[in-house]
Amino acid sequence: MTPLRAAAAIAVMAAVTFLTRALPFLLFGRKGNPPRVVLYLGKYLPAAVIAMLIVYCFRSVNFQAAGNWAPAFIAGAAVAVLHIWKRNNLLSIVGGTILYMVLVQAVF
Amino acid sequence: MSRKTLAAAFPYTLPVLMGYLSIGIVFGWMMAAIGYAPTWAAAMSAAIYAGSGQYLGVDLLANATPLADVAFLTLIINFRHLVYGLSMLEKFKGMGWRKLYMIFSLTDETYALLAGVHPPEGVDEKGFYFSIAVLDHLYWIGGSVLGAVAGSLITINTEGIDFAMTALFIVIAVEQWRSARQHLPALLGAGVTVVCLLLLGQENGRFLIPALVLMIILLLVLRPSLERSDKTDEKGVDSV
Repeated sequence: MTPLRAAAAIAVMAAVTFLTRALPFLLFGRKGNPPRVVLYLGKYLPAAVIAMLIVYCFRSVNFQAAGNWAPAFIAGAAVAVLHIWKRNNLLSIVGGTILYMVLVQAVF
Repeated sequence: MSRKTLAAAFPYTLPVLMGYLSIGIVFGWMMAAIGYAPTWAAAMSAAIYAGSGQYLGVDLLANATPLADVAFLTLIINFRHLVYGLSMLEKFKGMGWRKLYMIFSLTDETYALLAGVHPPEGVDEKGFYFSIAVLDHLYWIGGSVLGAVAGSLITINTEGIDFAMTALFIVIAVEQWRSARQHLPALLGAGVTVVCLLLLGQENGRFLIPALVLMIILLLVLRPSLERSDKTDEKGVDSV
């Protein structure tokens, strides 16, 4: 990836992120309430999207060898358990990542 | 933004300071791990300013993802911001030029703060909100730079550090699961995406587009029953 391409990708990310934040103000800033179907999707779609992104993170997992799936599944379960137990973002994220790094570097 | 307003806002932002420093440090470290200098991490945190979006951004940079896919993935990961804006329409009224910055800086954490706090007696309300937004942004940039510098100085084997993105999404999902009355949307999202991944393969994450479309269609089909059971739940809570 050339620096120019990387800068372009960052500019796209910045523009799109700003757009998602500005859209409600552009669409509904002047006149009253947004359509109820927008509110409905705004309420339920985020949970579905996060679930989708977790699947996206696991996209290159395969079951041909233990090393191709076990680290991600073990560390993923550890993050969920840690977070349900302690509810500390930092502990869950850093703890799970270190476990994953140990698993891919030293165990599998 | 006077010094007094800034000083009044600072204590409210302490939880975000802790959170942003740590999540920012991990982001900066991930950037260092894929070979980018600290200035890149700083530029991303200044210009994009989105936690999960930037974690995904590291993945997109590392895989040299095509720009159209970058735009699409950024759009869907930030879709939830739409809801934040909706509930800030009133709060940001009359903020003049600062309104643009308030919209730009409306992250999950800043949203949560703005939704929950009120300025102390005698402190300018709009300046107070603006100070919160600026402080949070500075913490995020600061954490990113710290992590990027540390990551470029300390040379350990960083293989697998990209898992931090997965971990962050799992944390968000657990939080959502705990606060949601309806778990069907989350299950639906996972199920539909797995099916699309199996059918279409994983190249460039293109399976996400049909998955998202299918998800929206199914949510619209399920709307009557989801809204009905939501109402039933509310009644149940009221009567307790």
